[in-house]
Amino acid sequence: MVDPKTPDPKTAEATKYLSHLELGEPDKTFLDSNELVINMGPQHPATHGVLRVILKLDGEQVLGTECVIGYLHRGVEKIAENRTYTMFNPYVDRMDYVAAVSNGLGYCEAVEKLLNIEAPPRAKYIRVILTELNRLASHQLWLGTHALDIGAMTPLFYTFRDREEILKIFEKYCGARLTTHAFRIGGCQYETYEGFERDVIKFLDFVPPKIDEYEELLTTNRIWLERTKNVGVISRADAIALGVTGPVLRASGVKWDLRKAQPYAAYSDFDFEIPIGTNGDTYDRYTVRMEEMRQSLRIIRQAVEKIPEGPIMAKVPKVIKPPVGEIYHSIEAPKGELGYFIVSDGSTQPYRVRVRPPSFVNLQALDIMVRGALVADVIAVIGTLDIVLGEVDR
Amino acid sequence: MIGTLKGQYGSGIREANSYLGQNYMIVEPSIVSELLQVLRDREKFDYCVDITAVHYPEREKQFDVLWILYSFPRNERIRVKIMISDGESVPSAVPIWATANWLEREVFDMFGIRFAGHPDLKRILLPDGWKGYPLRKDYGIIQQDQEWVKANLGIESGQ
Amino acid sequence: MLDYITSYLSSNTTPGQAGNVFWAFVYIMIVFGGVSVAVMAMNWLERKALAHFQIRLGPMRVGPHGLLQPIADAIKLMTKEDIIPSEADKFVFWIAPLIILCASFAVYIVIPFGPTHAITDLNIGILFMLGVSSLSVLGVVMAGWASNSHYPLIGALRSSAQMVSYEVAMGMAVVSAVLMTSLHGLGPYGVSAASSGTGTLSMIGIVQAQQEQHVWFLFKFFPLGFIAFGIFAIAMVAETNRAPFDLPEAESELTAGFHTEYSGLRWSLFMLGEYAAMIAVSSIAVTLWLGGWYRPFPNALAGETWDLVFSLFPGLSFLGLAAIAFVGVRRMPKHPYFWVQTIGLAGFGAVLGLIGLILFAPPVRDRIQDIFWFVAKVAGFMYLYIWYRATFPRYRFDQLMKVGWKVLLPIGIGVLILTAILGVVL
Repeated sequence: MVDPKTPDPKTAEATKYLSHLELGEPDKTFLDSNELVINMGPQHPATHGVLRVILKLDGEQVLGTECVIGYLHRGVEKIAENRTYTMFNPYVDRMDYVAAVSNGLGYCEAVEKLLNIEAPPRAKYIRVILTELNRLASHQLWLGTHALDIGAMTPLFYTFRDREEILKIFEKYCGARLTTHAFRIGGCQYETYEGFERDVIKFLDFVPPKIDEYEELLTTNRIWLERTKNVGVISRADAIALGVTGPVLRASGVKWDLRKAQPYAAYSDFDFEIPIGTNGDTYDRYTVRMEEMRQSLRIIRQAVEKIPEGPIMAKVPKVIKPPVGEIYHSIEAPKGELGYFIVSDGSTQPYRVRVRPPSFVNLQALDIMVRGALVADVIAVIGTLDIVLGEVDR
Repeated sequence: MIGTLKGQYGSGIREANSYLGQNYMIVEPSIVSELLQVLRDREKFDYCVDITAVHYPEREKQFDVLWILYSFPRNERIRVKIMISDGESVPSAVPIWATANWLEREVFDMFGIRFAGHPDLKRILLPDGWKGYPLRKDYGIIQQDQEWVKANLGIESGQ
Repeated sequence: MLDYITSYLSSNTTPGQAGNVFWAFVYIMIVFGGVSVAVMAMNWLERKALAHFQIRLGPMRVGPHGLLQPIADAIKLMTKEDIIPSEADKFVFWIAPLIILCASFAVYIVIPFGPTHAITDLNIGILFMLGVSSLSVLGVVMAGWASNSHYPLIGALRSSAQMVSYEVAMGMAVVSAVLMTSLHGLGPYGVSAASSGTGTLSMIGIVQAQQEQHVWFLFKFFPLGFIAFGIFAIAMVAETNRAPFDLPEAESELTAGFHTEYSGLRWSLFMLGEYAAMIAVSSIAVTLWLGGWYRPFPNALAGETWDLVFSLFPGLSFLGLAAIAFVGVRRMPKHPYFWVQTIGLAGFGAVLGLIGLILFAPPVRDRIQDIFWFVAKVAGFMYLYIWYRATFPRYRFDQLMKVGWKVLLPIGIGVLILTAILGVVL
């Protein structure tokens, strides 16, 4: 489907660009060399969670970074081995807590594949609508916090206000705003409430002018352009070698989206575009995500117009005991490719659940993106990677 | 593709099958690094999706290490699995895919499997001085490294 | 003694010219008090206006619509613990905010609120202003150094580098305006053939030159005056470390600014100095380009009736504010918990209305004109400052320096040369 170019010299030898900060050999005195090691500590207003980044600077330029993660490690994969399949379902929301619905979708679909059952069409449509709403909410949160890091304070409030409408719909549907636990293995538990379609359509008419408002504040703003153009550039070959996925990969020019490449949950019924960028810089990631927001609206509109009638839950045995085997299933979460590798040993509890977190792999690319950039750009790049520490650390 | 690989490695590839529509290969540890290189270069599996491991304590070869690969041009995924015993080290995939760096660090952190040739193999999610490998089956669900907790957090126990 | 005091009242000059120490002192106290009140009002306005830009309400609880919030903030800051880092250089740590404060306040000596309403009218007024306001850079560096920690030091160095670079651009713009004072003739392009008038550096003189030339320097040699004004407007925002040039003091950047180690009252002195500097440079801009204390259209709409109409503006504006306060009173929730706030707001509205009515009285009307128009123009600038903060992202430091040196300075020099050429040629 996609033809990657020959790898560029920077990643030809993958080990070369890993930063060895040589922290074990401290400089003799502070004045002896030009290099400064600065710690962006776990508590920092701009690191979207508890992330520690150690920067090695030459004056203002970044020579290398090292991310220290694990502050939010809760042992989700170990917990999975001690819970039944249905009991583990609420835990997956807590990983990428911003886009909880997508996490649930990936897990439920993976277990359904293992059981070799398929959710009924109505459930699939409901899943698509909620997942796309969640994608929109996640991107809105990303936009607000990213703009705030760069200094524009106002888009944060606008995006959170509009995100409220989405969270209201979630609350009416399943009772929770953030960690929704919306789906069950085999379909959805809750039927759409009275007025669901009306609410969603009202939302679809309410939001496009708001997205235009965000664009008006930022897209052609001189200062925004200077802060984001050519900042945090990652080339196409680097992106593929580093395994980054999601809008980061698409901004580097790779037209790949799991919703089109390996469709799941009724996405093949819908007509939408995949936005890509050309340079792989922060500004391209911004435009790609803005366009993705609009495409999500398009998908939701199509889905809401043709929701089929029918059951919302497939025939799932009361006690879920998948046959012995392994499966890997991944979906296009707002942050990238979210994958679940589940090993079943025939009992009611999974033998191993491995979550392939998109933010974890994307964060690895931080080092190569900020080589040679200035300190202020590091914060912009962390923002543009759209990481959620809950997912990085699990 | 399996045909050519089998022809090349013969008995190195123990099993190449498909379960629920997903292709996987179980191979001998001795040929795995060469095989991964061939998969990337010749068969165009240019994106390493994940590297992970599973622990089977009652087996002789306790660990399953697997690589999940994806090919953009072919739009297909494949899993490559090897079985190693406790203490054996696995050749690192970092020279082949740069993304293997952190993925292998996490496998080391959680299972204790060493990767030979990794530039910077140290713990990633757990603190540096932690003893024990949590995702092994003999590590309790609420077990913690009490020494580290006492020494670093100043509290009696993490429970 | 009494003659000393009353003799000044009949003279028609500033206390500084008249050499009257007593009245100079009185004026200084009035200006100091006025600026302090203005800073508090600015604090309130910033929080409310910023909040309304961001679709929220801002302070609402402390006093009706948060009007007493600045007082609460002041009390809080004064009662906070005064933390001094143990390794800090105590004397320098103590004196740094004072230097910034004194430098910012010293500028007010020359700012003219009216033809004789200034503390003094130095005939090198503008030079004095540029010089004294540069002293605050010293305070910034001292603050960063005394904190004995490398984040504030880096922040202080960045801050001072930024302030110094934009002062150069400011200087170019100011010189263009000063050049324009030496021209005679009316209107935007009006310069007589024998334009050998002497320019002046005195602030009152600059405003009077605008009056003599019947044009605000903003519109003189259009668009040159406009560009010079634009350069000054941008440079003054950078000079006072405000958005979009506030990288040195932004929270989400690594280096948290030179005032990190300061707490309580010392920190509030920095903020006081920053707001005072903002008002001071806005006053400079108003004096140099916007016609100072003159009402709009003093020549196009001249005559007794127009004078009368414009003289009603101060009273009307206060009555307008009182009307807004009474609308707010009507909209207050009708609940016992809100009685105190409602009564407070009504009282505030009544006071504003009373001031408005007083301002209608003819003797007051004539005297208050100049001060009112000056303050109104400066208030417009303050609103612009808040508007910038709400709208723009931040410049990165190297881009900030690039704008100061590679964009503003060449344009400033160009404007200066063109102004000079036009002044000679026309």
